Amino acid sequence: MNKKIGLSLGLGGLGVLVLSLFSLFEGAVLLYISLAMILAGIVVYAFGTYKDEIPGIKNNEVWFKSVSSKGTAAWILGFVLTVFYVVIYWFPQYLGLHKEGNTGIIAFFDPLSYVLNGHAASQWFVYGTLYTISILGFGVKFILKYRHNNYQIIRTLSVMFFQLGFAFLLPEFLAKLHPDLDYFAKDLKNMWPLNYYFFEDWHLKALMGGGNLGMFMLFFGIGMIFLISPVLTYFFGKRWYCSWVCGCGGLAETAGDSFRQLSDKSDKAWKIERWLVHSVLLFVFITTVAVIYSFLVNENAALPPNVFLYGVIGFLALFSLYINKIGYKKLALDTRKGIYWASGIISMFLVINMAIGNSNVFFIDSYSLRSWYGFFIGAAFSGVVGVGFYPIMGSRVWCRFGCPMAAILGFQQKLLSRFRITTNGSQCISCGNCSTYCEMGIDVRSYAMKGEDIVRSSCVGCGVCSAVCPRGVLKLENGRVEI
Amino acid sequence: MKVVIIGNGIAGITTAIELRKRTDCEIVVVSEETEYFFSRTALMYVFMGQMKFEHTQPYENSYWKKHNIILKKAKVISIKSGQNTLNLENSEKLDYDFLVIASGSKPNKFNWPGQFLNGVSGFYHKSDLKYLESYTSKIKHAVVVGGGLIGVELVEMLKSRGKEVTFLIRENSFWNLIMSEKEGRMLEKHIRSHGINLKLNTELKEIKGSIEVEGLVTQNEEVIDCQYVGLTVGVSPNIDFLKESGISTKLGILVDEYLQTNIENIFAIGDCAEIQHPQIGRRPIEAVWYTGKMMGEALAKSLSGVKTRYTPGFWFNSAKFFDIEFQTYGNVPAKINESQTECYWEKETKAVRIVFEKASRQFLGINTFGIRMRHQFFEKVLSQNQSVDFVLKNLEKANFDPEFYKKYEKEIRNEFLKSI
Repeated sequence: MNKKIGLSLGLGGLGVLVLSLFSLFEGAVLLYISLAMILAGIVVYAFGTYKDEIPGIKNNEVWFKSVSSKGTAAWILGFVLTVFYVVIYWFPQYLGLHKEGNTGIIAFFDPLSYVLNGHAASQWFVYGTLYTISILGFGVKFILKYRHNNYQIIRTLSVMFFQLGFAFLLPEFLAKLHPDLDYFAKDLKNMWPLNYYFFEDWHLKALMGGGNLGMFMLFFGIGMIFLISPVLTYFFGKRWYCSWVCGCGGLAETAGDSFRQLSDKSDKAWKIERWLVHSVLLFVFITTVAVIYSFLVNENAALPPNVFLYGVIGFLALFSLYINKIGYKKLALDTRKGIYWASGIISMFLVINMAIGNSNVFFIDSYSLRSWYGFFIGAAFSGVVGVGFYPIMGSRVWCRFGCPMAAILGFQQKLLSRFRITTNGSQCISCGNCSTYCEMGIDVRSYAMKGEDIVRSSCVGCGVCSAVCPRGVLKLENGRVEI
Repeated sequence: MKVVIIGNGIAGITTAIELRKRTDCEIVVVSEETEYFFSRTALMYVFMGQMKFEHTQPYENSYWKKHNIILKKAKVISIKSGQNTLNLENSEKLDYDFLVIASGSKPNKFNWPGQFLNGVSGFYHKSDLKYLESYTSKIKHAVVVGGGLIGVELVEMLKSRGKEVTFLIRENSFWNLIMSEKEGRMLEKHIRSHGINLKLNTELKEIKGSIEVEGLVTQNEEVIDCQYVGLTVGVSPNIDFLKESGISTKLGILVDEYLQTNIENIFAIGDCAEIQHPQIGRRPIEAVWYTGKMMGEALAKSLSGVKTRYTPGFWFNSAKFFDIEFQTYGNVPAKINESQTECYWEKETKAVRIVFEKASRQFLGINTFGIRMRHQFFEKVLSQNQSVDFVLKNLEKANFDPEFYKKYEKEIRNEFLKSI
């Protein structure tokens, strides 16, 4: 009964939004009602699903339902989501984005946008609002589903809080308080390289011209990369970010929860993952070096461009040395070779560049580099593939195969962190629930049945393997426990 | 050297994998059931839609070829131990230098009238899963007979598919071979809370029907209409094919501490093996996953030339009853004897029972429901013969629950102090 009410509410709210595409409606009240209907619809549906169930693991019939087992419903949903992302990124005019005055769904969102940030809405405002509603609504669903598991409850409250407060409301309020400033990122938790434009010249200029707030964001952003994030990862593993704070992770864990079992666990997928995610990291690193270099050259900044390049070479040399002398035990041979080769080739380019005084450090215009990155990685991979393919490839496609932030945190997790998943002696019965429900495609069982600790750079510490284990074998731990 | 292994369950497959790590001998695994190793314990999750069958296979199909382990899907008809030969179906023969029998168990049937009707099955083999899946659309009301581990799993499976389920248990409390009465009561309450009609002190008399099951009569002459009867009244070693082989058997295949049968180059492991002189506190036949795995590991060492005794150490096991996880470490009898004392703490769906020696206060074992505990902790405690006081004092260290779970150690300690 509740499920039907929830479904009608949710679809009703969505229906209003779809109709608003054709500029059939306007008015703040109708907007708020339709958004409230969507949120309430998800929540009511979730209550209808789980309220009368006894607390415990709720994965029955996951592989029988079309939507969660790559059936027709999944393909339709995947198609709709993909189209939505393509339109958002490349054809926002069809949503009604116009400089001279919005129409369609974007105009429909104008009232809320004016309230929050004092400007007319953009496609990103519409997207951000719907994204936040998804995380909140499906977050409630996730909490109800796992209400016997305090780790899952607290973690989910955390992603809901960070999405609503840090990603959505706070940046909008800050924008409203400083209406005259150029745009810069105000989401404190969205650090480089997930936020790949952090070091682009327009963004750095906006930060530096952004008064106290801009300077705070600049220093906080840099502090996040070099201090806060490594320290937290050392103590807690990358989960502090990936499954407690991050918005991409937040959506995957909540709205994407029904698709976590679809991740590919084959060896082949793992091989692709290792190459792909680290290639993206390399790509963003190169792009960022090039972008910062051109910024330093063009702006006659206090930091001489060549000193910056020496710094980069020094960093790569130190990192390679660390891997060679200390971290080598923890990394496979091909990983180590990859690091040495990548560091070597990048350094070589930089040295040549300094010798001939070229302004394009990698012989490619930094603007082209960053626009390629923005197109292929920022939009196509993280958005279209990352979320559009949820129902086909699982909820963490982007986090697993593409996110350079996850790759950096993964290195830190693998090399330095105290975090691990421990296995409980010999209690594993090899059932495979852990591997099946690992959204990152880790074959958790292969470790558990050998009684080995799991220290994998890709593990986001969602804790679901531990939750679904019917024999109490897996536990997320920050360091070894002496018994 | 050619090693042939009959059975690709956890015992046989562990032998094959561990042996391959140590030697490059020829290894052939013969199985009638499936081509590839799967986790039997996970079959229930396939029926419930939590997993697909492929998820129950811990190794990718390419693994076996890569490690040069030959898999042969065939039924073994008989063993000619004098000629070191197996007779397979289709009058095929297979030679061996060493033979490992890991043929597992088969579900018990006790000659009940109607036990061969359509709609009567056990739940053990992959074929049982297939059968149940094909029959499930005909079932509105199912009856499961036998209150052991497979029984409660079959009940959960049927319930998950929306069937009305009646659960017949012969004894006065649930799984009273293993559980104390209080533990049994807590589990009964939980099982009933899932809408299961659980009947204690009830035995099956006969199954009614002409071709398909139509109903069932209990020993108390109660008639229950149903379309399916699940028989889960224990398992016994699957050794019928050994009758003329010259291998000594009793209930299972008799083996010594090296898992060797009366024939020098034939070994038996897992559910089908009966240890002639088991360690103190262990039973001759232990049909559980963990012992099968440990036997396979020990035997692989022996076969590779390092003669190794099977020494399973202290007993441990685990299970899940609907939402209640269960773990046990050490010796926790259902009914303690006069020299032992126990302490029991229970709260909602959580419970802990600790058994210790009255005079010496030596810790003997623990049952834990709904609270995960650390295997290594009890391994240490039991191997060092620690006292129950040590265990209670260090109970926090034993906890293996996920982070942020409510802790009950204080309550358990208080309960313990109150009771003695």
